[in-house]
Amino acid sequence: MASQLFFENVEVGMEIGPLVKHPTSRQLVKWAGASEDFYEIHYDKDFALSTGLPSPIVHGRLKAAFLGQLMTDWAGDKGIVRKLSCTYRGMDIVGEDVICKGRVTQKYVEDDANCVECEIWTENRKGERTTPGSAIVVLPTRG
Amino acid sequence: MAEQLYWEDVQEGTEVTPLSKIATTEMLVRWATAGLDFNPLHYEDANAKAQGQAGVIVHGQLKRAWLVQLMTDWIGEQGALKKLACSFRGTDTPRGMAMIGIPKEGETWWCKGNVTKKYVEGNDHLVECEIWVENGQGTRTTPGSAIAILPSKG
Amino acid sequence: MSSSLSEADKTRLLEELRENVNKAEKSVVVEIDKSMIRRFAQAIEDPNPLWQDEEYAKQIGSGGILVPPEFFCTSMMSGGGCRPEVPLPYDRILDGGGDWEFLLPVKAGDTITSSAKLVELREKQGKSGNMLFLTFETLHKNQHDELVAKSRGVTINLE
Repeated sequence: MASQLFFENVEVGMEIGPLVKHPTSRQLVKWAGASEDFYEIHYDKDFALSTGLPSPIVHGRLKAAFLGQLMTDWAGDKGIVRKLSCTYRGMDIVGEDVICKGRVTQKYVEDDANCVECEIWTENRKGERTTPGSAIVVLPTRG
Repeated sequence: MAEQLYWEDVQEGTEVTPLSKIATTEMLVRWATAGLDFNPLHYEDANAKAQGQAGVIVHGQLKRAWLVQLMTDWIGEQGALKKLACSFRGTDTPRGMAMIGIPKEGETWWCKGNVTKKYVEGNDHLVECEIWVENGQGTRTTPGSAIAILPSKG
Repeated sequence: MSSSLSEADKTRLLEELRENVNKAEKSVVVEIDKSMIRRFAQAIEDPNPLWQDEEYAKQIGSGGILVPPEFFCTSMMSGGGCRPEVPLPYDRILDGGGDWEFLLPVKAGDTITSSAKLVELREKQGKSGNMLFLTFETLHKNQHDELVAKSRGVTINLE
């Protein structure tokens, strides 16, 4: 894994990512099985079209999980992801890149925990944020 | 479970109790993830068309699993399935989930069979069956055979 | 999509839904095993050895294969199947988003009991009709009855 990030290294405004994901229909099918979400709008093209969608779409919760990966990658082995939240604001189409990014908005110590609060989101290639959210991670200190 | 079937109850020509199935795109995705077969031929419309199909098709192995269920349901808890073989002769297209409501003609499959032979080998009381999956038009897309041991009334 | 329900039925279901707030509850139990975690990590294409490599887990002293926090984002842990069934008056259902708090580490081998409750119903008038925002809260406890995570999720029901 990458070298450990420490609380002292973090500053407000610091950027996180990008983590670029390319969800294919295969990935969506794997996700359906791993997460037990078999709603047909994510893999059945005719069904998706019948509900007014342009094509099968990426599961909102898969994008939430991508954001989870963005944060666990960044926090490293000794960091702890404490909170994750996001809103499924826009659709992402199968086969198009989902880019996960973040930015540190606040750092503080609470009950001996070194907390970093971040704004996180996924965006598409047009730069539209389809899944805005936030996260809190607890980082180790150099001591 | 149904009442136990005994070897003495069966003759050549006896029908294996039919089993109906409706293949849906959801069933195919569940099969893909349970069996870790991620060939897009079974869930990605564009891929299936590029491979010369009209749309996604039912996994052959899923149809084989239906035939296994046909046999294990029929032989009951005291029967034992010894052998099962089938060939994937024709393709099947799952029910279109865009059509909410009852399945269309041809979107219900039947797994069926007949006893072709009964015999004793050592202490085992055996039956051999011709089995198949047929589509709504009655076409046998997945013909095969099976051998099972049935309990004997002694 | 046109609704299959009459106006009277919609009104009745909405009444029933309102009565379900803070009442409807459901619990499900999931035994999290290594293969479930491996399949999850492969599905999101996250190669982090924390979720898959027992040797690595030993080296860093995590006490076993860790469950990625975002495993709680799945439908299995905090979505459809674990939520109480409530009457929905309209046909269109969307997942609105969620938030998850991770309180204690969860490892492969843990048994998690997730208890979900409908805690809030907000009603808004949208362009195409009524919009309902249902908030479900789920508490996740491990086999030692410790609270390991909390989830909140919003389901949107559109007329």
